[in-house]
Amino acid sequence: MTRIPTPVMQATAVPAEAPFDISPGAPTMAAGSLLYLDNVSVSFDGFRAINKLSMIIKPGEMRAIIGPNGAGKTTMMDIITGKTRPDEGDVIYQGKVDLTKHDEAAIANMGIGRKFQKPTVFESHSVYDNLLLALKQDRRVFPMLFRLPSKDEQTRIDELLALTRLGDLRETVAGSLSHGQKQWLEIGMLLAQDPQLLLIDEPAAGMTDAETEETAKLLKDIAQTHSVVVVEHDMDFIRSLGVRVTVLHEGSVLAEGSLDQVSANQRVVEVYLGR
Amino acid sequence: MTTSLSTSRGFLFGAMTGRATVITLGLILGAAVLVPVLNALPDGSPFKVPTYTVSLFGKYLCYALLALAVDLVWGYCGILSLGHGAFFALGGYAMGMYLMRQIGDRGVYGHPVLPDFMVFLNWKELPWYWYGFDNFAFAMLMVALVPGILAFAFGWFAFRSRVTGVYLSIITQAMTYALLLAFFRNDMGFGGNNGLTDFRDLLGFDLRSDGVRRGLFIASALALALGYIACRFVTTSRLGKVLIAVRDAESRSRFMGYRVEHYKVFVFTLSAVLAGIAGALYVPQVGIINPGEFAPINSIEIVIWVALGGRGYLFGAIFGALAVNIAKSYFTVAFPEIWLFFLGALFVLTTLFLPKGCAGLLSILKFPGLGTGMGFARKKEAGND
Amino acid sequence: MLRIPVSLRARPVILAFLALSFLLDLLSATPSRADDFETSVAKLNDQSFTVKEEAVLELVQSGDDRALAILSALQDGELFSHKKQNNVIVFSQEIDGAPHAIDVLTAADLGEHGKRDLKKITINNKLRGALKAALGALRLYSKDPDTRIAAAKAVLANPSPEALPLVVEAIEKEQDDAVREALDMAQAALLLTNGDAEERLAAVGMLSGSMDPDVWQVLGRAAGQEADADLAAAAQAALASIENQKSVYNLLETLFFGVSLGAVLLLAAVGLAITFGVMGVINMAHGEMLMLGAYTTFVVQQLMPNAIEYSLFVAVPAAFIVTGLVGIAIERSIIRLLYGRPLETLLATFGISLFLQQAVRSIFSPLNQPVTTPDWMSGFYAVNGALSLTYNRLYIIVFCILVFLALLAVLKRTPLGLQMRAVTQNRAMASSMGIRTGRVDALTFGLGSGIAGIGGVALSQLTNVGPNLGQAYIVDSFMVVVFGGVGNLWGTLVGALTLGVANKFMEPWTGAVVAKILVLVFIILFIQRRPRGLFALKGRAVES
Repeated sequence: MTRIPTPVMQATAVPAEAPFDISPGAPTMAAGSLLYLDNVSVSFDGFRAINKLSMIIKPGEMRAIIGPNGAGKTTMMDIITGKTRPDEGDVIYQGKVDLTKHDEAAIANMGIGRKFQKPTVFESHSVYDNLLLALKQDRRVFPMLFRLPSKDEQTRIDELLALTRLGDLRETVAGSLSHGQKQWLEIGMLLAQDPQLLLIDEPAAGMTDAETEETAKLLKDIAQTHSVVVVEHDMDFIRSLGVRVTVLHEGSVLAEGSLDQVSANQRVVEVYLGR
Repeated sequence: MTTSLSTSRGFLFGAMTGRATVITLGLILGAAVLVPVLNALPDGSPFKVPTYTVSLFGKYLCYALLALAVDLVWGYCGILSLGHGAFFALGGYAMGMYLMRQIGDRGVYGHPVLPDFMVFLNWKELPWYWYGFDNFAFAMLMVALVPGILAFAFGWFAFRSRVTGVYLSIITQAMTYALLLAFFRNDMGFGGNNGLTDFRDLLGFDLRSDGVRRGLFIASALALALGYIACRFVTTSRLGKVLIAVRDAESRSRFMGYRVEHYKVFVFTLSAVLAGIAGALYVPQVGIINPGEFAPINSIEIVIWVALGGRGYLFGAIFGALAVNIAKSYFTVAFPEIWLFFLGALFVLTTLFLPKGCAGLLSILKFPGLGTGMGFARKKEAGND
Repeated sequence: MLRIPVSLRARPVILAFLALSFLLDLLSATPSRADDFETSVAKLNDQSFTVKEEAVLELVQSGDDRALAILSALQDGELFSHKKQNNVIVFSQEIDGAPHAIDVLTAADLGEHGKRDLKKITINNKLRGALKAALGALRLYSKDPDTRIAAAKAVLANPSPEALPLVVEAIEKEQDDAVREALDMAQAALLLTNGDAEERLAAVGMLSGSMDPDVWQVLGRAAGQEADADLAAAAQAALASIENQKSVYNLLETLFFGVSLGAVLLLAAVGLAITFGVMGVINMAHGEMLMLGAYTTFVVQQLMPNAIEYSLFVAVPAAFIVTGLVGIAIERSIIRLLYGRPLETLLATFGISLFLQQAVRSIFSPLNQPVTTPDWMSGFYAVNGALSLTYNRLYIIVFCILVFLALLAVLKRTPLGLQMRAVTQNRAMASSMGIRTGRVDALTFGLGSGIAGIGGVALSQLTNVGPNLGQAYIVDSFMVVVFGGVGNLWGTLVGALTLGVANKFMEPWTGAVVAKILVLVFIILFIQRRPRGLFALKGRAVES
């Protein structure tokens, strides 16, 4: 983890690092963690989607989240990325930023990137433009109006095109890509943002076995330099990642540990894996 | 390394490339020269364009600029405004106030300061918001500022609260409806029902003279050309790409770190200013501005110009506005009964069979180099999907 | 209720009116036979005023229903003897443009009469005084309680001292509570002008709190009396408390106006609550559905010109069917193709609205069409002097409630409603369970349009029926639905009532137009705070 420079208050500026929300130096459990969720709850119309959820992601860690439908996986991501405000609980980023006080754009600019379950790319833009927009940059309105692509940006985009194997398709309109290509483009866009933490929702969904394998490899590469949280149903995929697993059930953590450990957990077998 | 888009070719130059842009600008500027020249021909010449026609087409050019403004927000950012007529009318009223002050003491009541309608309503002095409108520069500033500030304030509240889609359309309609009701009131000090009319001079020149009419036509054409270049510049810039990104996947843009509301406010305000300028050029050419311009139906009509021409294609908006209004001028004289049937059918048929408008049709038919619109322009087969 | 002691009968004021006491005694006597009545009527034509007076007393005494009409006519100089018909006593009444003589006893038409055929039965001042007392007494003793109340109110409005004994007597005999109350008030008014200090004060106490404008006048006069400071103060206090009460009633009246405006808004918007709220179709032609409903009313009235009273009962189902069918046609031909594209739907339906407007212009005329309001909808119900409720507003409120309940019943209790909700919640699932979603869509849209048509029938009673009717309501309708929360009928109800009431409460301060503007601005701001309306669903499902 890089050292943290002076915080920049403008969330829309190239933010690099997040502002302090909790007084620095205050003794907190969150210290030293990248992402710290404590006792988080949220309800929709009386339905408790997240129920006293606590979890810690360490810097550089890759974590897989599994759980049955309605366990609160997506809602948890919504909370971390600022889409949903929790009714109670703390969500602390980098040991100092209270994410519940920021919106999606600010959180994204602090270095948290998110990939959706359904691949979401800008369909009427070319692959190139998709990556160009995703690049880490000053995202304020007027700078965006006047900035031209720089050499560095060109190079970075070429790297990403190579990494995601979309080099031949750079001028292709994203809407006409295949499902797998869109997944990869989205991962490429995520990398272009250069986030510290990547939240990835079901990256293997709808992929062929070969694509799934490739994706796992790509994620492991990414995990070398980033912290990653992956939500996935595909047990083989998770096994190939070989990382610590958290099982969510009814909005809270049911079990945590290696895949073998949680697979052996009786409760996990009952609610999720099935006998 | 080859780069992808015109953005790499320089700021303004980039905005002016592309076949459609060159043709459009050429046509506008050609008209700006040709029509006044033809008007200046001696009477009896077979090519003489009557002054009436010059003003009529000047009016169409103002509508085209208005359509451009709507296309900028709707076609590129997905904001369907049903209230752009309000910005147009506010620009028109600002110009109208200047023209009223130009009348001076030549009104029916001969009051040196107060416009006739205020004398008629027994007003004793000019309301404060009329101050400064005797100054052309100030009035022109207001032409841009008043719609701009309203759009900024409205957009600030609406977009920050993430009012989108039809909800936004409905409240923009409510906005123009509220203004319609307000401007109908005599107490507002804008001439109530009758609005502002009986103008005489513009910058000291007689509004009814052929020269001023030609001048206004040229000004409208230039405004349209500049507006087109400005829109083109915005839409081909990196910001323009963000706008399209917001249009197609708003929440994705947010999670990427774009402050969507700022972009929307920016483009909405810019669009309102363009609409205001269109209104300001429109008023001296038609000789009146009244609250009817705020009517919700007017704003919706603009949308159909854009829809027919092709939203997401700037030149499409311009030609849509010209085509519908020329048709309107013809039908309302020749077959007044038919016009609304025609317009209604236009709405239905365009949305059913021409979702991308005529420009979209052209680009589907593989005409190359047509703008950056709805993703059809450069679409090519890829992958094995 | 405070009773005034009856011992007052012996007071000197009364002694001056012994004749009236005599009259009262006559009143309490047994009614005489019918032929005596005829004789008495004939005596009215006697030369002698004394005999006439005797006749008047006999008539009062008779207890006969006809006496009131005869004596009223006599007082008004409209009683005649017919020279050509044995000097029979008659009224003169215009029938088919010619004056006819009507026998007062038999009510038989004696045929046309010339100007000179009738001789007016004259009265003098003494007789006039007797008549006045007699008529007052007759009315106070009428068999009809309403007439008795009217008579008591007449006394109250114009409290002349000679009426006091009659009123006192009447109170004693009265069985009906409502009438007795009116009589008590009349007595208090009389005492306030004619009683002693104590009685006056008691009378003020009695009158305070009344909501009758005549009472306010009586009290106002008392409050202005310099001579008796206590009385003036008491009257002032009574008036002040009445003012308070009046402002409460004014509030109630404003509330009533607001609720009725809310009912109108609800009737205008409830169809949209189905098409937009439940189906999510942005139907800009909704206003024209209202318009078609209103025009259906017009056509129905043209078809049954002799039964205007019943026309609305025919118009409501007719409008539902007509606009419902038009709605189904629109849904099947156009909207069906645009599901999932709300902005395109908006434009296409706007095109339809232009089409329908022009169609109505071409078929009927660009001008407004006259729609008649049935008699039973005009007039008002006066709760008291400060609050009266017009019938058309009352009926609109009642009608609105009925329509709303009917719609709720359709949605909650019928198979169609069940399928409708199923399709709107999960189209794919509904479809796979064998629901014909296309048919449900068409019927839902038809229902929404039909309800809008019914709303149009109501609007035809309140506003001009012309091609622009729909335009005037479309913005309001959308505001109501959006404000209340899309997809929630109760939200629409609360939204409409809130906006209606808010509008009417602001109107006195700001004027109607500014109130309307403020409501619009309020909604625009409100949507910023709660983009999904008052009763919004929240959660993940809504976001997608």
